[in-house]
Amino acid sequence: MKMSGAVLSVVLAFGASQAAPVLAQTQGPLRIEITEGVIEPLPFALPVFEAETGDAGGLAAQISQVVSADLSGTGLFREIPSSAFISQVSSFAAPVQYADWKAINAQALITGAVSVQGNQVSVKFRLYDVFSGAELGDGLQFTGTADGWRRMAHKVSDAVYSRITGEGGYFDSRVVYVSETGGKDARQKRLAIMDYDGANVQYLTDSSAIVLAPRFSPDGGRVLYTSYETGFPRIYVLDVGSVQRREVASQDGTMSFAPRFAPDGQNIVFSLSQGGNTDIWAMNIGGGGATRLTSAPSIETAPSFSPDGSQIVFESDRSGSQQLYIMPAGGGEAQRISFGPGRYGTPVWSPRGDLIAFTKQNAGRFHIGVMRTDGSEERLLTASFLDEGPTWAPNGRVIMFTRETQGEGGRSSLYSVDISGRNLRPVRTPEGGSDPSWSPLLQ
Amino acid sequence: MTLKAKILLAVAGLALAACTNPDRFGAGGAGGAGGTGGINGAVIPGSPNDPTSPAYFNQTIGDRVLFAVDQSTITDQGRVVLDGQATWLLTNTDFTAVIEGHADEQGTREYNVALGARRANAVREYLVSKGVAGNRLRTVSYGKERPIEICSNESCYAKNRRAVTVLAAGLTG
Repeated sequence: MKMSGAVLSVVLAFGASQAAPVLAQTQGPLRIEITEGVIEPLPFALPVFEAETGDAGGLAAQISQVVSADLSGTGLFREIPSSAFISQVSSFAAPVQYADWKAINAQALITGAVSVQGNQVSVKFRLYDVFSGAELGDGLQFTGTADGWRRMAHKVSDAVYSRITGEGGYFDSRVVYVSETGGKDARQKRLAIMDYDGANVQYLTDSSAIVLAPRFSPDGGRVLYTSYETGFPRIYVLDVGSVQRREVASQDGTMSFAPRFAPDGQNIVFSLSQGGNTDIWAMNIGGGGATRLTSAPSIETAPSFSPDGSQIVFESDRSGSQQLYIMPAGGGEAQRISFGPGRYGTPVWSPRGDLIAFTKQNAGRFHIGVMRTDGSEERLLTASFLDEGPTWAPNGRVIMFTRETQGEGGRSSLYSVDISGRNLRPVRTPEGGSDPSWSPLLQ
Repeated sequence: MTLKAKILLAVAGLALAACTNPDRFGAGGAGGAGGTGGINGAVIPGSPNDPTSPAYFNQTIGDRVLFAVDQSTITDQGRVVLDGQATWLLTNTDFTAVIEGHADEQGTREYNVALGARRANAVREYLVSKGVAGNRLRTVSYGKERPIEICSNESCYAKNRRAVTVLAAGLTG
């Protein structure tokens, strides 16, 4: 398997002045503050991108549709149906009739054009702030191979999202997860990877052994996961490009699980159970011995590094119930950070460093929540029979997680939610899904 | 590692592949189950009435013990089962066992793997305390991955919070 569209070359700025867009970005009305309570999504118009070559019509329609779905899917934007358009955009180069777009209350207008030369596809777009009557940022062009057209669409979406929100994008990214079939007492699990929106699913393992909790490397090229293929839980590392895997060194007579990469992509942390006691260990994935980071008779598991690599957040039941703690990356004294009612597990440090996402169990319900790294400002984002295992979008603004339904027909699937608690959405997968891990933005 | 230990491990590996209770995630009975009785008091070899058989271990003694929510303490009822398991293992020295720890679905995945490890180890330690050689007993945790009951209430959860002693045919198998 190849990373589709790895040949994507980018980003020729063309046209438009340098100064005006900057002004528009800081002073214009076309701006969404994600952290504030957005009541009404921002209306945008996205006329189907122009086909600049004769055979580009199909791709132009598909790319327009993906950009529109990306933006609408955030819950921050609302597409105005083309049936409401007064102006038709017949040419990418033609001047924009701002009055016609104002009249239908389109605050943002996105125009684009697609051309095909052999196997090469070029996509360019412009973003207009309709009410300021100006272009927002420069037009951009992306070029790649035809099989990477979805990535080009996502790159357009990322640019639009970034310009309007001031945040990094997250659409040109992938998710590795556990694909599930079968009932609760006959569940089959295998690793799968897909685009963030559920497109392009590929399976990375078969379902002959239980696999759990895949985790991307910081560059998105490798995946750590736990497999029972020896009959005992052990940690493996898999190369996404070649789909080759190998076992990460383990000690006989022990169980190892819950691995995660350090930001350097070389060191990992994981849990090791020995004589019934589970502690956190670290090792270099290239080889060498493992270092023990905790040594308590309680359960210590689910470690996750801070983005600067200096600290580790993890869960422990040393106080009598599962709670969250932070310790130095080399081990040492841990500070408890969770103090609310109930139990806290599966902490994951935000890529921005500002928040920790977690699973909370309280009064018979499960929640996905976030808190500051000192434990303050806890916010629960979801509630259901069973929500668990959050993972962060590359921009630290969206969380994906596992939701399992109740009872004999119980089934796992993936959901996403904003850190504001808005825009709870299912992520469509061909089979059931659990344990998502979101990649960084693709290069 | 000594050569002898290596051989033992290799045998344990073979034995694992030939475990005697493939239904351990499903139909295995906990204590007291019937089975076919012999005619005129004769014991059918290999039946649950044959005290040397794995079927006797799995069904008549009981291959599993249950745990309270979040606990890994062996209950009084569990001790009776494990005393029987220990006696059987001390008599039938050709068998080794893997003790599988499990949790119910109320809990996060990683925590439940760790909790299952505690439960499996509690059983192992109990059997060792009764004289079973530690090198005959391995442990594994499945966390919440292999429930045998699938409803989402305590009647099912109670049966899923378990440690199952899975026999493997040993040296002479």
